[in-house]
Amino acid sequence: MSTSTLTRPARARGTGTRSPRRRTRLPSLTGSLLGLLAWLVVLLFFFPVLWMALTGFKEEADAATDPPKFIFSPTLDQYRSAASDAEAYLTHSLTITVTSTLLVLTVALPAAYALSIAPVRKWRDALFFFISTKMLPIAGAIIPIYVIARNLQLLDRQIVLVILYSAMNLPIAVWMLRSFLLEVPVEILEAARVDGASFLRQLRSVIVPVITPGLAATALICFIFAWNEFFLAVNLTTTNAATVPVYLVSFQTGEGQFWARLCAGASLACLPVLIAGWAAQDKLVRGLSMGAVK
Amino acid sequence: MTAIASSTTGAAAASARTRARRRNRLHRIPLLPALLFVVVVTQVPFVLTVYYSLQSYNLYHPDTRHFAGLQNYRTIFEDSIFRTALVNTVILTAAPVLLSLTFGLFIALLLDRKVFGRGLLRTLIISPFLVMPAAAALVWKFTLLDTQFGLINFMLRPFGVDHTDWINSYPKTTITTVLTWQWTPFMVLILLAGLQSQPPEVLEAAKVDGAGGWQIFRSMTLPHLRPYMELGIVLGSIYIVQAFDAIFMITSGGPGQQTTNIPYYLYETAFRAFDIGRASAMGVVVVIATIIIATLALRTISGLFSDEGMKGRL
Repeated sequence: MSTSTLTRPARARGTGTRSPRRRTRLPSLTGSLLGLLAWLVVLLFFFPVLWMALTGFKEEADAATDPPKFIFSPTLDQYRSAASDAEAYLTHSLTITVTSTLLVLTVALPAAYALSIAPVRKWRDALFFFISTKMLPIAGAIIPIYVIARNLQLLDRQIVLVILYSAMNLPIAVWMLRSFLLEVPVEILEAARVDGASFLRQLRSVIVPVITPGLAATALICFIFAWNEFFLAVNLTTTNAATVPVYLVSFQTGEGQFWARLCAGASLACLPVLIAGWAAQDKLVRGLSMGAVK
Repeated sequence: MTAIASSTTGAAAASARTRARRRNRLHRIPLLPALLFVVVVTQVPFVLTVYYSLQSYNLYHPDTRHFAGLQNYRTIFEDSIFRTALVNTVILTAAPVLLSLTFGLFIALLLDRKVFGRGLLRTLIISPFLVMPAAAALVWKFTLLDTQFGLINFMLRPFGVDHTDWINSYPKTTITTVLTWQWTPFMVLILLAGLQSQPPEVLEAAKVDGAGGWQIFRSMTLPHLRPYMELGIVLGSIYIVQAFDAIFMITSGGPGQQTTNIPYYLYETAFRAFDIGRASAMGVVVVIATIIIATLALRTISGLFSDEGMKGRL
């Protein structure tokens, strides 16, 4: 127990909660110039995303023009036809990512518990084993996976991606959930134990309230990574389990002609993750750093 | 008497030990499914990769499969494309990581101030990272970088640039640009978290003592940010070294082999030529190289993850 308290963050001073920070005010001109610069730079970075979404609202004739059209009469045609083209892919993606995310949470939560609240003796080794698998390049594993899937007639089956995406996200989920579990107040847990609260009651009354936002954030991170995954999807699926990235490959050589359709399809492909990411932005950095940065 | 006493304490200690062992075994149960899952899906295939790498094995000619010793390794080390791919991998990892770190620091500093609409700015800046890489690659390839109708050529026309074929003339720069664009938000998030964890009292005190902005930045903010930058570099490298989406979609490794990195070359060998033996040997080499680099990297970030690293900083 003492070992796990060691890694407990000294103070829960999350950046998510807006801490009242006073800064000496810069001379207002410099201040507003820097503010303007911030807006300019951020808009520059955001522009490709905006341009993608906008081009999706164009007629094909307005999409590839010289000079590019910034003002045009918008149409939903491209989005509508992209949605019907991509429907099967979107369904596959949704099934695969949601199933794999649920699987990850089911397996990761007990593991995170065994690495934080009731730590096993070599919890440190186990923790670093998980993160080390994240460093193993996919190159070291993809070939046997492909050969085995081929021999077992599992190519182009959703179950393969579910398993692989779960393995891909499991280390992140364990690290992230552990970082949330470390915030469970030990004193309360101990008090509950002394009072003779059963394990299930401890779980319900002390752990669940703390871990629920953690579970939600972890789920969103797993969803984001699984939804956007490309390499495995392209190599292990063709039609029956093909996910959204595979749909986008069909545009890869579509030189010149169908930019509006392409952008509408690309925007649809990005939308779920953009929404998930915007919703989870307070917890995003924690997930990306596997719990190291809060 | 003493003998009896010591034997009872010995027995008590022994039973305490078994109890501790049993408790530990009980504690281990929740860990096992996750551990087992990861081992089966990642470690077992690697062992098989090593096994395949010692065979001459092509899926087009499965009948000719036979043990080949180290022949595959000899082949890949004599293969100039493999060497090119190694060099390209280093370039196409180091350049985007360092560039996105630089831009990320710059933007994080801008956003750490009181800016009008800061929440919205943060939402906007993370978007390039959330966008599906394959989708982003298409948008860059066609609407932005196209020779004839691309927006970038249009924007640069006043500066005398016209009808530049960016993708074929500057393939490495193109890939680096797209990857940098995509990973800058990641660095912004990490560095912004770092900046916001800086104790304001200390900065306040430094200002009272008459330290200038640049002086504070160099002697206080930068050292404080160092672990966050290291974390950004390590995690960024882990992901970017495997970059495949952008290369597959935009350049297909070309022109020539100019943007063929290891993941892309492995893809060509395994899934275009179906040379399982040779691709496996590449996989093994990549893993060994990664283990060497990752050991060094882990030493850096284990400091961050462990007790002292982030303590007091967060």
